[in-house]
Amino acid sequence: MSDSKANQQLLIEGAGCASCVGKIEAALNKTPGVVSAQMNFADRSVLVTGTASTQALIAAVEAVGYNAKALDEQGDEDLLGEKELADKAYYKTLIRDTVIALSLGAPLMLFGLLGGDMTVATDMQRAAWLGVGLLTLAVMYFSGRHFYTGAWKSFKNHNANMDTLIALGTGTAWLYSMVVVAIPEAIPPMARHVYFEATAMIIGLINLGLALELKARGKTSAAIKRLIGLQAKTATVIRDNKEVEINIAQVLLDDLVKVRPGEKIPVDGVVNDGHTFIDESMLTGEPMPVEKSQGDEVAAGTINTSGSIRFRATRVGKDTALARIISMVKRAQNSKPPIGRLADIIATYFVPTVMIIAVLTALAWLNFGPEPALALAMVCATTVLIIACPCALGLATPMSVMVGVGKAAEAGVLIRNGEALQTASKITAMVLDKTGTITEGTPQVTDLLIADKHQQQKVLQLAASLESGSEHPLAQAIVNKAKEQDVELLPVDSFKALTGLGVQGRCDNKALLFGNAKLMQQQGIRLGDFSERAHNLAKQAKTPMFFAIDGELAAIIAVADPIKEDSIAAIERLQNNGIRVIMLTGDNKETAAAVAHKAGIKEFFAEVLPEDKANKVKELQHSGELVGMTGDGINDAPALALADVGFAIGTGTDVAIESADITLMRGSLHGLADAIAVSKATLKNIKQNLFGAFIYNVAGIPIAAGVLYPFFGMLLSPVIAGAAMAFSSLTVVSNANRLRLFTAHKAKETQA
Amino acid sequence: MIIINILGLALIALIIWWFWLYKPRQTQVQEQPLTIEVKDGVYTPAAIQVAAHQTVTLNFLRKDHSPCSEMLLIPSLGVSEQLALDKVTSVTLSDLAPGEYAFHCQMQMYRGTLTVV
Repeated sequence: MSDSKANQQLLIEGAGCASCVGKIEAALNKTPGVVSAQMNFADRSVLVTGTASTQALIAAVEAVGYNAKALDEQGDEDLLGEKELADKAYYKTLIRDTVIALSLGAPLMLFGLLGGDMTVATDMQRAAWLGVGLLTLAVMYFSGRHFYTGAWKSFKNHNANMDTLIALGTGTAWLYSMVVVAIPEAIPPMARHVYFEATAMIIGLINLGLALELKARGKTSAAIKRLIGLQAKTATVIRDNKEVEINIAQVLLDDLVKVRPGEKIPVDGVVNDGHTFIDESMLTGEPMPVEKSQGDEVAAGTINTSGSIRFRATRVGKDTALARIISMVKRAQNSKPPIGRLADIIATYFVPTVMIIAVLTALAWLNFGPEPALALAMVCATTVLIIACPCALGLATPMSVMVGVGKAAEAGVLIRNGEALQTASKITAMVLDKTGTITEGTPQVTDLLIADKHQQQKVLQLAASLESGSEHPLAQAIVNKAKEQDVELLPVDSFKALTGLGVQGRCDNKALLFGNAKLMQQQGIRLGDFSERAHNLAKQAKTPMFFAIDGELAAIIAVADPIKEDSIAAIERLQNNGIRVIMLTGDNKETAAAVAHKAGIKEFFAEVLPEDKANKVKELQHSGELVGMTGDGINDAPALALADVGFAIGTGTDVAIESADITLMRGSLHGLADAIAVSKATLKNIKQNLFGAFIYNVAGIPIAAGVLYPFFGMLLSPVIAGAAMAFSSLTVVSNANRLRLFTAHKAKETQA
Repeated sequence: MIIINILGLALIALIIWWFWLYKPRQTQVQEQPLTIEVKDGVYTPAAIQVAAHQTVTLNFLRKDHSPCSEMLLIPSLGVSEQLALDKVTSVTLSDLAPGEYAFHCQMQMYRGTLTVV
């Protein structure tokens, strides 16, 4: 058991007073194996020394009535920092190994190229080559040890990998050369050639390739780095009426957190007091800072721009919206789209297959090859082992997905997994929910038509006062309008909601009636030319409502759910991509037609009940379309689940991560076109990588085996094979990195 | 020459048997958590057997600096973990149905199987 830690730190929840300290310490000290337990009340942590297991410690704290959790979980930031340090150190080692190997390999190769004699004929040559052979052994030990240990360990485990191929290739070349030097009589005179330069060069080049690949890999995680960088490191919390600065990992639920201007919000919460503007652009894409005061939610990672606030922590640690976004992006970055499966299957059988090909190559040369057959057989088998590169094949898909998913996240699009990414690139029809998706989802007063003898301010005051008792979203729009204009609301008597018609009540000693045309007719109120005007408003996708004071029509108040500013352009982008756009809404036909017309949508279905939305999706799928469905993720859940790709519109901070394949963090529909554009670009990139890796191996291995020799007398040098192999995986990673240059914005321009 | 050819074919047979046909001995998880070392291209142990419908914690201790070893994937369980260097990264799996679950690194150079019985 690895539980015998010397020191461990626990975080205690629910410790409200200093007297808890003694109780908790006593409970822990009584636990078997604990040497000492010391609690720091300011940051609610206990440092326990001893051999007790974490579980036992937590149980002991819980037994006395508190909650505890282990504080050995590292934050993303720490992990990232450690990873970077480790990568840097590894990079240095690789470069050192490269330099050592190349400083022997390069002069040797140059000697050979300049016509130097690489054969063993005289005793003098034997002695010289013996020295070089031993130097090569030193290079193998100092620069290439990791290949040999890896190969041996894998071999013992009945496993074969990259190391196996490199170890076998370089090992064979060295062994052969040593045999030539040590017992030349065993080898036919013509084949007494040494290949020490190949061993040294290959080790050097492959180390160099690994080093460059490491550098390139670092760039693929740029997006996640940026997200992690949004997190604050410390938080100022109020404990015992004192401000304490603590690590964000130590912030507990219900802590009162203070944030000064310019600071990052450390955890999610609800504002307790204070007033400020918060820049939420990193989460929502909304460029304007959002006003926050008591009762408003704040999200971790956003920046407090102006005032000071204190807020109650409602979600901490791994539960904050930002932490969930980070973990989702990470998970998605490591998931594989179906297109990568074939490469995976090939990778499983790759290395042993290459070994078999190498043996067959050697046999073919020995049986049919010209003299010196033995040397040629050895060289070709070695070249086959060295040129084969399972890495390029294995890296092709994950590297592109990593960059593509990260790129999407930067554009505010959260892609759940590789499968969603692949399907999104092939969507042919997009179903859009109207309310909250195409439109803002919050109705606003658009027109206020007042009868001659009334005064606008007074009418608004009475209407808003009456409506303040109603729960209806349209009523809310009128109340909001009054608030905007600083109109004071008056008390209302005998309020009554008339189902399907409107409301009535008394206010300021006047009888008020508010509702639709039917209500007015029922109450015998003449509409006159207002009837015509109401009709015109309805044609513009607005909902007109009538307001009567003391039995006489006083005003028409029209309310509409405005189309989001950029919906029209975003829908056009989709259509330009050849995607059929269809709108669904529960609204009446007139409004639906008006909105669809305005948004540039030709196909729409009105008066669709929520449960029928899924049926519409099914119908489209039956007609052969690959259907994307976009909705708010709550009442559209069945349709989202049924669609080939479900897109949920998040409202930034409260991301409906769980419900959809793809979540748009910002409300804009441009996210849809962005998501599709990124998916397409990623899939294209994966295909290029896979194609490249396949072609490389399919063409490279036979050439290495010497199939060109009978026709052109051409053989590949093992050193060239080593260089090709080292740079093939680097090429894959670099090609994936090319995706980073892709911007959704650019896609917009090219389509415009 | 005949001898060389026979030797070559025998070598091929050996490769096929050693890497593909040989079934490794399973390490049965007796005490939890089991620590799996990630080093030199192999998971040690690589073949793990656990009982079905239990919560299993696997502690991966990564000692290999190469970025190849940094991801641990169990595709059929949707697990994808980044392994910290020289540290234990715990993976907890609960209520596993009987069957074989392959786990590997991103490029499938590190490979292991979790057999649930």
